[in-house]
This record gives sequence, structure tokens and C-alpha cells, in this order.
Amino acid sequence: MIRTNIKRIIKLGFVNFWRNGLVSASSVLAMTITLFVIGSLYLGTSFLNSALTEVKNKVDISVAFKADAPETDILNLKKDLELMPEVVEAIYSSREAELAAFRQRHQDNAILISSLSEVGNPFGARLNIKAVDPTQYEKIADFIAGKNDLSVGGSSIIDQVSFKKDVVDKLSRLIETSQRIGWAVTLVLALLSIFAVFNTVSLAIYTSREEISVMRLVGAGNPYVKGPFMIEGVMAGVIASGLALALLYPAVLWVRDTTAGVYGGINLVSFYFTNFGLIFLLLFVSGVMLGLLASFWAVRRYTKI
Amino acid sequence: MIYFDKVSKIYPNSVALEEVSFTIEPGEFVSVVGHSGAGKTTLLKMILAEDVPTSGNVYFDSVDIHRVSKRDLPSLRRRIGSVFQDFRLLPSKTAYENIAFTMEAAGRPDEEIRSDVPHVLDLVGLPGKLHNFPYELSGGERQRLAIARAIINQPDLLMADEPTGNLDPITTAEIIEIFKKINQIGTTVILTTHNKKVIDNLGRRVITLDQGRVLRDDKEGRYAL
Repeated sequence: MIRTNIKRIIKLGFVNFWRNGLVSASSVLAMTITLFVIGSLYLGTSFLNSALTEVKNKVDISVAFKADAPETDILNLKKDLELMPEVVEAIYSSREAELAAFRQRHQDNAILISSLSEVGNPFGARLNIKAVDPTQYEKIADFIAGKNDLSVGGSSIIDQVSFKKDVVDKLSRLIETSQRIGWAVTLVLALLSIFAVFNTVSLAIYTSREEISVMRLVGAGNPYVKGPFMIEGVMAGVIASGLALALLYPAVLWVRDTTAGVYGGINLVSFYFTNFGLIFLLLFVSGVMLGLLASFWAVRRYTKI
Repeated sequence: MIYFDKVSKIYPNSVALEEVSFTIEPGEFVSVVGHSGAGKTTLLKMILAEDVPTSGNVYFDSVDIHRVSKRDLPSLRRRIGSVFQDFRLLPSKTAYENIAFTMEAAGRPDEEIRSDVPHVLDLVGLPGKLHNFPYELSGGERQRLAIARAIINQPDLLMADEPTGNLDPITTAEIIEIFKKINQIGTTVILTTHNKKVIDNLGRRVITLDQGRVLRDDKEGRYAL
């Protein structure tokens, strides 16, 4: 009997959804907008985070040593640095490697290459240091600057310590602010659109209140009165999640084209496809939950007969 | 079967029922008459538990209707068939579905629904209207459909609130004939109406209400107001 009841309730929900075309369409539209907002926010936040991580990874401290700096001193510094909790890694690039890299970069410039063979190897070795967090670069730079023992004949073996302080500062602030604003915007937009969905669904159910009272009077129990409305809500949610997912694609294409210069190597479209399953799941579950909750809330208001 | 025990219903600005007491036995055909606002509809609402009395009790068999839990109310309502002046059909469902819904809600099996719905539509004179929506039917046809829905679960009690109010005299006579037949097979019928001719022709028990009070209760009454 329970199976028969469930089957009947689902069927009633489907038939009602189809017959109340306009009302169903407005519920689907409101939910699509909500889910699109949720999807865009998720996509935006995740994409921004991954883009920032990418940029963060590209920023490092570069310590250039003088050409006569002893390799053992440099390697000792590398060890010291790697003992610091703030440091992810310190990559040593020897004088020879620097020379080879230079040759590689300028292989088409014959004059430059031939002049190099005359002067020998003018390059000093180099240490590229990656920090756990971009805010810690200054601390690492201070540590290196404070190393007074790194000298040969009274002059420091370090030629130059370079790191893009402004970029790092701005980046750190951007990460912090974007995360804070991202959450606030997500919350406000999600609440607003959920409210809009609730109102649309309750309007739809409000128009059926007479029907609901008739159902009650002919002896229909709660499952038969409320069930089909819940099914309608779920259907609207499922359709809306499909629509929102489809709508996100052209949006993603547009964002990719307009931000290509800013984010360089990171491709939002491939990000969308890589995370397609997760986005689909997020929208599907949100859609079903939204539909169920909105219907449940609205039906409760109009079934007190 | 139905027992009103000193039932009063007082709204902020009016008294719908005042100390109303009467008993209806199983198988009776009772008409309730009175001017507009006399309390007829309120009286039927009390039986359906659509409204609660301010004081007094209403019993269905030995059950106090207003003490029935929300959970058990649907099964009580399934023992009562209701017909209203404005039909109160489900507008988004076809004639077949309107009746099938009532049967489904009562947990009747699919095979029974498939065989009984066309049969009951035949019985009330609506053959071939299975797949019409209420808005595609005339007033008389809608009322027949409402009656079919009311009797499909073979209720113990059939209540009709001004069922002929919107109908022409010929259709009115046909509808009353259907009620008489339903009563003949043992169903208790409560009918509220303004129609003097209907009451006089019936020659059954008449309860006359006036300003919420029982003015008269005659075994074989006539419309006298």
C-alpha cells in the first residue's frame, strides 16, 4: 500500500506540474536564477582561489649571489632557510645552471652568445625561495639580510635580494578581502534568492488553497495533500539545476574571454569542465533542497484546514 | 448517528448557532431550512470538522467530532460525502481524476478505481464525460460530478449544502431524485436548501433554523418560514 501511495503521489505531482504550466515555469525561473547565483559564486570563489594560488606560487624571493660566492656558504644558507617554518622550499641554481639558462633564453642572439665566451661566466648562483604564505616574504628577506656571516673578505656574498613587495602586499590584501566579500555576497545573494523562490512557490500554492481545502474535505490525508506539491517543488528544482548548469557555460565563456589578459594561463572553461561533476552535484542538491523546503514551508501555511 | 448537543457558534459580531440540539438517525433524509445566515452552512461545517463550536459537542456515532485528532480526521471525513452549492471540484483535474482522487485518498486499489469511476459517472447521468475538466461541464453536470465524488466511497452520511442553488428547476428535480435514490440504499442524507418546492415535494423530516436556533423540527415537514 505504501508503494502504491508513493507511486500515486509522484504521479499526481507530475501531472500537476505539467498542467500548472505557467506557475511551474515561474517557480523554475526563480529557482534557476537562485541556482545560477549559487553556481556562479561557487565557480567564482573556487576559480579566484585557484588563480590566487597559482599567482602565489609564481611569486618568490630571488637571492642573487656574487660570482665569487663560495657554493658551500650558499648551500648552508639554503639549509638554514629550509629549516624555517615559513619556507616551503629553497631551490638552488648554480652559476653553471644560470649560464645555461641564459644561453637557452638567448640562443638566437649570436653576438650575445659569442661575447659570453669571451668574458667567461659572469653569473652568480641564485636561490629561489617559496614561502608558505605571501605575507611571510618580508620576514624571510629580513632573515637573509641579517645573515652577517655571509661575507668574503669583508663584503657580502649576496648581490641582490629581490621580491615584489608591492605585488605580494596587494595580493595578500586581495585574497583576504575577496574571501571576506565573497562569503558576505554569497550569503546575502543566496538568502535573497531563496526568499524569492519561497515567495514564488507560496504564491503558486496560495492559488491552490481552495483546491487544498477541497482535498481535505474529501478526506485526503497529509501525504495526498502535501505530497504532490513537494514533488512539484523537487521537479522545479531538478529542471532549474539543469538550466542553471547550462546557463553557466556561456557565462563562463564570456568571463574567460574578458579576463584572458588578467589570469593568463588559467582557463575558466577547462575549470568548469574539470569541476563539472561537483558543480552539477552542488546545483542538483541545492535545487532539490530548495524546491522541497519552499514547498514544505508554503504548503504548511495553506493547509491548516 | 449524528447528535448535536447544545451547540453554539459565536463569531465576534454574530451568533451563527445558539444551543442547537437534535439527533439524526441512520437512514434518515433530513432537510435543514432557513433564511440566509440562519446557520445552515455552519451546522454542516460542524459535522465536517471544518469549524469548531464555541460550546457544546457534535457526535458522529459515539465519537465527538471535535476531539478527533488531525491524524484521524481524514478517515472520519471519508465516511461523509459532501456536495456544495459551488460544487468545489478540483479544477485542474478531469471528471475521472476528481473521483479517482477521492478513492486514492481512501486507499482503494487501482483496479477498483478503474472499474468504479465510469460506473458512478453513469449512475449520476454523466456517461462519456470521463475526460472533461469541470470548466467544460454545465452547472448541472458539475453538480452531478460532485455527487458522484461524494458517494464513490459509499459514505454513511451524505451532506448537501444548497446543492440546487445554482440549477434550473428540471436539473434541480433530477438532482433531488438522485439524493432520494442514494437515501433508499441506506445512506443518511442531510440537505440544506432555500427551495420551498423541493422541501414540500420531499415530504421528509425538516429542521427549520432561525437566527441560529432550531425553530421547528417536523417529522414530515413542509417549508414554512
